[in-house]
Amino acid sequence: MNRELAGASLAGRQPPLEAVVIGTSAGGLGALSLLVDGLGAAFPLPLLVVQHVPADMPTQLAEIFGRKTALRVKEADDKEALQPATLYFAAPGYHLLLEGDRSLSLSQDEAVHFSRPSIDVLFESAADALGPAVAGILLTGANEDGAAGLEAIHRAGGLTIVQDPAEAEVDTMPRAALQRFAPDHILPLRNIHRLLRELE
Amino acid sequence: MADRNLEIELKLLIEAIYLKYSYDFREYSPASMKRRVLLALQQMRCDNVSALQRRILYDAAAFMELLQYLTIPVSEMFRDPGYFLALRQQVVPLLRTYPSLKVWIAGCSTGEEVYSLAILLREEGLLERTIIYATDINPRSLERARQGIFAIEHLRQYSENYRRAGGKGSLADYYTAAYDSAIMDKSLKDNVTFADHSLATDSVFSETQLISCRNVLIYFNKPLQDRAFGLFHESLCHRGFLGLGSKETVEFSGYASLYEPFDKQERIFRKL
Repeated sequence: MNRELAGASLAGRQPPLEAVVIGTSAGGLGALSLLVDGLGAAFPLPLLVVQHVPADMPTQLAEIFGRKTALRVKEADDKEALQPATLYFAAPGYHLLLEGDRSLSLSQDEAVHFSRPSIDVLFESAADALGPAVAGILLTGANEDGAAGLEAIHRAGGLTIVQDPAEAEVDTMPRAALQRFAPDHILPLRNIHRLLRELE
Repeated sequence: MADRNLEIELKLLIEAIYLKYSYDFREYSPASMKRRVLLALQQMRCDNVSALQRRILYDAAAFMELLQYLTIPVSEMFRDPGYFLALRQQVVPLLRTYPSLKVWIAGCSTGEEVYSLAILLREEGLLERTIIYATDINPRSLERARQGIFAIEHLRQYSENYRRAGGKGSLADYYTAAYDSAIMDKSLKDNVTFADHSLATDSVFSETQLISCRNVLIYFNKPLQDRAFGLFHESLCHRGFLGLGSKETVEFSGYASLYEPFDKQERIFRKL
């Protein structure tokens, strides 16, 4: 477990990363803003985000972030092929899953941890589809969704990063992951951000 | 990447289901199928997918139990009120021009949408001259749809949906409360035909003016989605309407050029 950035790098990884999946709930908007700050068209990977939001509340996550970053930002569509330099948000009310052929699919199956979209659902499907070629990042959040999914990524050989609970706005989510397994990195946001920037 | 043996077992299970029971899940989106099978494994207390396969091959009742997990019904009355409002305000005026109407609700699950549409059509004075075909692959869901009994605890939400969908009265006008159940007015289904029909293996059975198929296609892969779009296109009359789920579209299918968006926001398309 590295608390420090020393030795941490995503760029030289073998096999090379194909996607970054990110999960967060309470406090997520601020954390995400910091994370994608400065990323742009040169970013070589797709980023997929599950941010918990109430299903009956229309959200404009894609719109909000479209103004904040030079990445292409959109709500994930069913059967869409993954593109680099693109930030996909899971649509409210739908689970988002990554398929083996690098396309996305949606489902309205039951909520997991009272959440739909659920971080576990995205992370577990990403672990299945990409194995060691996926990086999973779990950020601030007020429930335990995402912990099992991040562990699945870890078991499949993927890279796992948990936001340092000491700085997380709400530490329930990162702590739930740390109780299950030892991720590759436990880092404050600015260092996770630096890791992402290195990929460009 | 995933456990290779598990992937093989899943493929074999789906093949076994097809060979034995003619239910075709071979072109469903794999990631969701896998989640559903793993959930069924747990609930049905099988050690692994091979054990589940053996069990359902030799025990039709066990297969029927598995089918409930593979076709998880998630529905509510007047779900996505904006969709029903658009049907009422924009589609109904055009449907009125037909002397008789046929409506197909494909993947009707436990019937919530069937009763929603029947209520809407009654309020617009069209129900008496409409035949609604409500189809699904799950016989238990169809039976529940036919019964039209819903848990009373959901009715508050349904009533709120109904109101936002432009309902003209009160949803309570259409059901009788009995203990913890709401029993839908039987006359709503006078013109409803509930039928077993698979978008994966069956063909078109009637010409229709409106097809509503919501949150069914997301579970299909692209080739199977195109098959379903083919059936819809064959069934719809010239200038007929196709209503889809809020994250579904005909635009990226092989049938894109044969439809125009009618209400883009509410995912209602019109055959050209």
